[in-house]
Amino acid sequence: MSRVSEIGHKLYSGEVSYNIVGRYRRWYAISGVFLLLAVGSLVFRGLNLGIEFTGGAEFQVPSASCTIDDARAAVADTGVQVSTVTALGNDYIRVTTEAVEQGQSLQIRQALADACQVQADDVAAQVVGPTWGGEITQKALTALGVFLVLVSVFLAIYFDWRMAVSALVALIHDILLTIGVYSLLQFEVTPATVIGVLTILGYSLYDTVVVFDKVKENTRGILGQSRQTYSQAANLAVNQTLVRSINTSIVALLPVGAILFVGAWILGAGTLKDLALALFVGIAAGTYSSIFIATPLLAQLMERDPQMQALARRVASRGVGPRGGKSSTASPSGESGAAAEPDSGGAATATAVAEPGADAMDRARARRAASGPRNQPKRTSRAKR
Amino acid sequence: MASPATRYRPWRVLGPFLIGLVLLTVWTFWPGLSNTPQLGLDLQGGTQVTLLPQPAPGSDGTVTNEQLDQAVAIIRQRVDGLGVAEAEVTVQGSGQNSAIVVSVPGSVPQDRLVELVGRTAQLAFRAVEAIYDPAGVDPNAPAESPSPEPTAPAPSPTATDASAAPSPTPTDASSEPSASATPEASASPSPTPTVEQPETPVQAASDDTEFEDRALRLDCGLPENRAGGVPDDQGLWLATCDREGVAKYILQPAFIKGTQVTNAQAQLDPQTNGWSVSLTFDSAGAKALADISTEIWQKTPPQNQFAIVLDAIVYSAPQFIEPIGGGQAQITGDFTTEEAADLANVLKFGSLPISLEVGQVTSITPTVGADYLRAGLLAGAIGLILVALYLLLYYRALGLVAVASLGIAALISYNAFVIFGRQLGFTLTLAGVAGAIVAIGITADSFVVYFERIRDEAREGRTLRVAAEAGWIRARRTLLAADFVSLLGAIVLYVLSIGSVRGFAFALGLTTVVDVVVAFLFTRPVVAILAGTRSFQAGKKWSGVDMARLGVHTPPSRQPAAAAGRR
Repeated sequence: MSRVSEIGHKLYSGEVSYNIVGRYRRWYAISGVFLLLAVGSLVFRGLNLGIEFTGGAEFQVPSASCTIDDARAAVADTGVQVSTVTALGNDYIRVTTEAVEQGQSLQIRQALADACQVQADDVAAQVVGPTWGGEITQKALTALGVFLVLVSVFLAIYFDWRMAVSALVALIHDILLTIGVYSLLQFEVTPATVIGVLTILGYSLYDTVVVFDKVKENTRGILGQSRQTYSQAANLAVNQTLVRSINTSIVALLPVGAILFVGAWILGAGTLKDLALALFVGIAAGTYSSIFIATPLLAQLMERDPQMQALARRVASRGVGPRGGKSSTASPSGESGAAAEPDSGGAATATAVAEPGADAMDRARARRAASGPRNQPKRTSRAKR
Repeated sequence: MASPATRYRPWRVLGPFLIGLVLLTVWTFWPGLSNTPQLGLDLQGGTQVTLLPQPAPGSDGTVTNEQLDQAVAIIRQRVDGLGVAEAEVTVQGSGQNSAIVVSVPGSVPQDRLVELVGRTAQLAFRAVEAIYDPAGVDPNAPAESPSPEPTAPAPSPTATDASAAPSPTPTDASSEPSASATPEASASPSPTPTVEQPETPVQAASDDTEFEDRALRLDCGLPENRAGGVPDDQGLWLATCDREGVAKYILQPAFIKGTQVTNAQAQLDPQTNGWSVSLTFDSAGAKALADISTEIWQKTPPQNQFAIVLDAIVYSAPQFIEPIGGGQAQITGDFTTEEAADLANVLKFGSLPISLEVGQVTSITPTVGADYLRAGLLAGAIGLILVALYLLLYYRALGLVAVASLGIAALISYNAFVIFGRQLGFTLTLAGVAGAIVAIGITADSFVVYFERIRDEAREGRTLRVAAEAGWIRARRTLLAADFVSLLGAIVLYVLSIGSVRGFAFALGLTTVVDVVVAFLFTRPVVAILAGTRSFQAGKKWSGVDMARLGVHTPPSRQPAAAAGRR
C-alpha cells in the first residue's frame, strides 16, 4: 500500500509519468481491435435476446424433487414448445417456452407443479407479449438520446465542446464494448441488461468528468506560458488522477462483483446477474476509456487549435518538453514511440522557475526544488509495473 | 485554538445534520408505522401485469393523461372487486410513453387478473327503465352469461314485453380452458368487448325472458358487483349497480355511445355557486339526445332519467328537465368540486377510449421473492464490507471516515426508502436493490476523490488543516459535476422508462442525492475536525495522510500547526 502511495506522489509531481496521451495510436489500435470484434460479433452473431424481447413464457419451479428432464417432459406434454430448460442454482429449474396463452400458462404451471411435487402457486411464471421488449428497448433508446443531448450540453457549457465530444466518444466506446461482450459470449439480453447498459452511461461519464476536471485545472492559463503543451498538461492530469481512477474502479467493481457472485452462483440467473454483468464490463471499459481514449482524443482535438499549435511551437523552440513524457511531442501526429519507460523528471524541477503566470503546481515544484535534494530512491523499475 | 470568524466551523454543519438524521431515523422507526421499505412484487411475491395504453382504433392516435387517470381509476375499481388487499395500480410515464402497472400481491389467478384488467372500458348513455333497491332478491345470485346473440335493440319502453329466447349456457370464467386462440389473442385484448365472459351484472337482449329474474337476483351490496370489468354490449339491456351500491338500475340499450361525446367540462355556475358538468356531443349524438329527451322528459321518474354508464357501472343518472337540442347539455346537481371533476373525466374518457395492450405478466411466488431479497441483501452486505475493507486498508483513519460516511449514507437511504414507501407508495424492487448496491461504489468514489485531493494538497507542502480545506474546495467542484451527470442520467431514465428500469433509476437518483448530502454535511466537517487534531497534523502513520508514505518530505518548519496544537 505504501508503495502505491509513493507512486501516487511521484505520479502527481511528474517524477514518474506514463506517456499515455502521446501513445494514443497504441490505445486507439487496442480499442479498435476490440471494437471491431464487438461490432463484427454483433453483425454476424447477433444478440441472444431473452423472452422479454422475443415474446414467450418463463417458469421457475422449485427443483427439490425433480430433474431438468422431468420438467422438460412435463412441459412438453402440455403441447407447448419448450425453448430452454436450465437449473438456477441448486434450488430452481427455469423453463422457457414459446409464447403461450394465459390459459396455457396455468396448465403448464400445474404440470410443472405435479412433476416437481409442489403447489401450483409455488411455480413462478412470466408471460411476455412480443411487443414488450421492443417497448422497453425503444424507451431505453429514447432515454439514451435525451440523456446524450442533455449531457453534451452540460459538458460543453461546463468544460468545452471538445471535452463533450471526447467524453461521448468514450461513452459510445464503452457501450459498444459491453454489448459486444454480450454478443461474443452469447449471454442472454434481458431488460435488466438494458438497465445495466444505461447505468454505464452515467458511470462512464462520471469517470471522464473526474479526469477532465483535472485536465481543466492543469490547463488553466496554459497559453500564458511556454513550458508545456496541452498534450503534456493533459498527460500530467491523467497521471495525477491515475491512482484515483484505479481506486475508484476497484471500489465500484467490488459491489458489482458481489452482485455478480451472489447472482450467478447462488441464484443462478435473473435480474441481479444480468445487471451486474453489464455493469462489470461497462465499468472496466469506462475506466479504461476515460484514461486511454477520452484524454488522448481531447488532446488531439485541442492541438488542432491554432493557439495551441502556436504554444506547441513555442515549447518546441525552448527545447524543453520535460514533463508529460518525452515522446508526447507537441503536434498530434508527432509520436516518436520512444521513451517506453517513465521518465524520472529530475530535469523538470530545474526549469521550474516560478513565472508570474505559472500555475500552483509549478510553484509547488519550485518550492520543492528549493527545499533541497530529494533523498527518494528512484523506483523506476517498480513504477513500470 | 482561536480562529478567525470567517473560518469554516465544522460543528455548525455537523451538529444540525446529526440532529436531523436522528429525527429522520426516529420518524422512520416510529412505532405503529411500517418500519421497512415497501417491497415490490418481485421481492414479496405476487402477480404483476404491465399494460401499454394504445389509442383505440379509429381515434386520432393520442393518449392523454386524463384518459390514463380514468383508465387507472377503472382498473383500480376492477381489481378492488377481486377483494385483494394492497393491490396497486400505477401509471408510469405520461401520455403515449406510459405504462399502467397492476400489482397484486399474494397468489391470484393470473389468467383472470389479465382478463379483468386488460379489457377496454366503454362509456354509454342509457335510458333508465327502473331503479330498485340494491339488495338481490335471491341472495344466491349466480354468475350468468349474457345472450350470445346480440339482437337489434328494441326500443320497448318496458322490460316485461321481452319474448322467449333460448337460454344461454353459463360457463365459469376461471375454469374455462381457452382452447385454440392464437397467442396474440391473449396478449392483446380486443378493443371492443365481446360477449364471451359472464360477469355478475346482467345483460340481455330485449327478448330474454330470464332477464328480469336475473336482474332481481343481482346483489349490489357485493363489492365485486360494483367493480366493473363486465363486457358491456351497448346494444343490449343492462341490469347493473351504481358505484356506491345504493341502487340497482335496469337500463335500456345505449342511445349515445361514449365516442359521441366530444367534450365534457366541470364548471362553476356563478349564480348558484354550484358545480355542474357541461357536455358537447357530435352531430349524431346531438340528434340522439334530442330524440330521447323529447321522448322521455315528461315521463314519471325514474323513466325520465338516463344513466351515464362507464365500464358497466352507473356513475350518474340525471333526469331530463327539458328536451335538449343543439348538442349541448348541462348536468347540474349537488356536486362538490371533486364530484363534478370526476364526472367530467368519466365523460371525457368515453370520448376517446384507450385500449390496453398486455405487455408483460409476471408471477413471482413468495418463496422466490424472499430468495431474491436475501440474495440482494447478501450482495449488498458483501459489497459494503469489501469496499469498507479496501477503504480502511488504503486510507487508514481517513478510511474510517469514509466507512462512517458510507454507513450514514446507507442509513439515510434506508430511511428514504421507508418514508417514500410510506408516504408516496414507492416500492423497492430487485432492480432498485441493485441500483442501491451499485451506488455504494459511486458514493465511495466521492471520498476517494476528496481524499486524493487532500493528499495532493499535502504533497504541495500544505499543512493538513489547509490541505483538508483546499482539497475540499477542489473536490467539491468535481463531485458536483460528476454527481450532476449521474443524477441527470437517473432522472432521464426515470421519466422516460417503464417497468423495472424506473425502480432502478429511482434508487440510483436517490442515492446520488444522498451521496452529495453526506459528502457536504458529514464527510467534509468530520475531516475538518480530524484535520484540526494534533495527531493528524503530525501525519501519524495510521492517519492516512502520513507524509512519509505519501512520499513527501517536509522540513520540520512546515508543521507550525502541530506545534500550535501542543498545550
